[in-house]
Amino acid sequence: MTRFVRSWLGIAATTATLTIGGGQAFAQKELVFGLQCDRTGPTATVGTVLCPGYHDYIALVNSKGGVEGYKIKVLEIDNEYKVPPAMEAHERFKKEGAVLEGIYGTPQTAALNKKLEEDKILGTSPGFGTASAADGKRYPYTFPIAASYWSQAGAAVAYAKEKLGTLKGKKIAYLFYDNPAGKEPLPILEDLAKSEGFEMRTFAVPAPGLEMGAQILDITARFKPDFIIAHLFGRSPSVAIKELKGKGYPLSKVVGLVWASAEADIIAAGGMGVAEGYNTIQFAGVGKDFQVIKDIEAMYKAQGKPMPKEMDSTVYYNRGVLIAALHVEAARNAIKAKGGAAPNSEEVKKGMESIKGFTLGGLVPPMEITPADHEGGGWVQIWTVKGGKLVRSKDWFQGFRAVIQKHVAEDAKKS
Amino acid sequence: MFHRESGIFKTTYAGDMALYPLPIAKWTVAVLVLVFVVILPLTVHEYYLSILNLIFIAIVGALGLNILVGYTGQISIGHAAFMSVGAYTAANLAVRMDLPFWITLPAGGLMAAAIGVVVGMPSLRIKGLYLAIATLAGQLIIEWTINHVPAISGGAQASIEVDRPSLFGFSFDTQHRLYYFLLFFAAIAIVATLNLVRSRIGRAFVAVRDQDIAAEIIGIDIYRYKLLAFAISSFYAGVCGVLYTYYFGIANYEQFQLIVSIDYLAMIIIGGLGSVLGSIFGAIFVTLLPIVIRILMEDVGALFFTQAEIANVISGLRLGVFGGLIIFFLIVEPEGLNRLWRNIRSYFRVWPFSY
Repeated sequence: MTRFVRSWLGIAATTATLTIGGGQAFAQKELVFGLQCDRTGPTATVGTVLCPGYHDYIALVNSKGGVEGYKIKVLEIDNEYKVPPAMEAHERFKKEGAVLEGIYGTPQTAALNKKLEEDKILGTSPGFGTASAADGKRYPYTFPIAASYWSQAGAAVAYAKEKLGTLKGKKIAYLFYDNPAGKEPLPILEDLAKSEGFEMRTFAVPAPGLEMGAQILDITARFKPDFIIAHLFGRSPSVAIKELKGKGYPLSKVVGLVWASAEADIIAAGGMGVAEGYNTIQFAGVGKDFQVIKDIEAMYKAQGKPMPKEMDSTVYYNRGVLIAALHVEAARNAIKAKGGAAPNSEEVKKGMESIKGFTLGGLVPPMEITPADHEGGGWVQIWTVKGGKLVRSKDWFQGFRAVIQKHVAEDAKKS
Repeated sequence: MFHRESGIFKTTYAGDMALYPLPIAKWTVAVLVLVFVVILPLTVHEYYLSILNLIFIAIVGALGLNILVGYTGQISIGHAAFMSVGAYTAANLAVRMDLPFWITLPAGGLMAAAIGVVVGMPSLRIKGLYLAIATLAGQLIIEWTINHVPAISGGAQASIEVDRPSLFGFSFDTQHRLYYFLLFFAAIAIVATLNLVRSRIGRAFVAVRDQDIAAEIIGIDIYRYKLLAFAISSFYAGVCGVLYTYYFGIANYEQFQLIVSIDYLAMIIIGGLGSVLGSIFGAIFVTLLPIVIRILMEDVGALFFTQAEIANVISGLRLGVFGGLIIFFLIVEPEGLNRLWRNIRSYFRVWPFSY
């Protein structure tokens, strides 16, 4: 017992010393960004690639002297896709004086909406969160800054229309993960089914979505749709691709929304060769053919370090770069507006709301973020598996924008 | 606490079972109250208060689960689902009928208690692993129901936004104010549990846990007490869910999935089954340890790595260290942190003698 108590006290003492001694002095010209991430939770397949993309872009900016002379310090916290740690992370960012934060996860965004507004810190939730958060008047501090699920659904239907010629009398199957995020596009799809005159049927896949033989058989053998829209997460997109392929359904008539669209999903389904023709919706450019990606590669080369392997998963990596780039642009706008002085979070928010015509060589869509539209227009691209890699088959476009805006406005009225 | 108890003799049963076993314990409680009500909120940064807030909510949930698992010996893997029942009940009442928190909070608890009794019914016929599976089914059914019934969930997103709790026009909207709000309910939960377990009901629970047939023979209606345990435990869970709802400003069933039930089970097992202090230790341990490990790693790691590289390492390492520490503590003391604390206490009680 004696020994035990002594070692206990020892641990306590060490802890205290380290905590007190560990705080560092801050450089003068520095901006702090908070970044929540999921590297160990259920969506770790995304987080472990997306977040390095974010860090690499920030490192690139810092290696070129920072943004308008300010170095950026990123404070990353892994929220494990749990809600209480997300709140803790937010408070930590606030304590460290972060001017903005990147949120990770739909329930986390939902839980932080109110807090962001109270603390007047802007949070971005690209590809997460509710579609109605696009409404900047209703959620002044939440910025989806990428196509919401509603916009993605609109784009998917628009793409189906383009491929099929007309949708009148056609049948579309909606295969979705049975959670709030999976169900979110339903109102848009139901609305479009009426106005475009197609028959829509929904097929829910219960969590964790690894078994969908029944649903796929139902789709391919009974419903026999002309087009399939798949809205799946985690490991389930690969299962869907594999099952559809196995039932002989042409993958060229399948489009996956943004979380069913990474290289890893396709490779896990049996490789790029198997998924020939599979369409994916993207809110950031795919591939390495961008100046900014080459710059990051050059930065690693100059430091004599090997390229991080995450760079090969270009879908998620590039999304990380996109998020970082928009964060940096928001800060840049804010610093410029203040004539070089350090901006506070309120000013960075105004900076974010004045982002326009910033495309980063095509990696970022031609979005325009305004105080009313925090989604930036809901732009997406379609990338298709062709000859062993993802090839762009449709450039930035907005699908049924008017319908989406109508729904956002209606939703705001309900609250 | 480290109280000398020489010279104190208990001559009645009432004295032996008193909430304060020693006169000086009253002073200890007074000091604790002073620290938590006055000193901490005045001196500590808001960030640390926010961590304490999360701990307070976790304490309420852990106490509830401990009443069921630790005191009554009935396993439940559906604790998070009862939280969601409370959360959605309160959110619906708050939004649709515009009721204040002092109505929605007990209402959420009572609704969870009612559902808890239903889910607890199988406990009348089965126990152990079988009961675990039955409550697991309860968890999944409740999750599914909330997800698919818009009347409960408030639409496709299954989330209902609620306003901050307010009392006489005073809104609990900052971490400081929420601290008092949550401290109040955590304190009530602790005192209520302390009193519950030294009452007739609490002793009946323990009797059911230790040997249900024997309990029945000495006149305890075990069906009644098993269901009562489920009801009380679910009431705590419901209140815990309501507190989460008001703390985050939203009821969202994804906050209450199976993994959360497991987290709470972990809390009471690490803290110590069948003890109030253990529930508190467990809630603190599970909430605080990942944060402490991360902050330590950031500070130590900053000496060697860049921020981006640390982020890469920390997440995995933190899980490893966290898991390792759980195993370590359970090997050192299988009965949990509460027993560890008692061991340390009894060591110092007779110090400098070994026994």
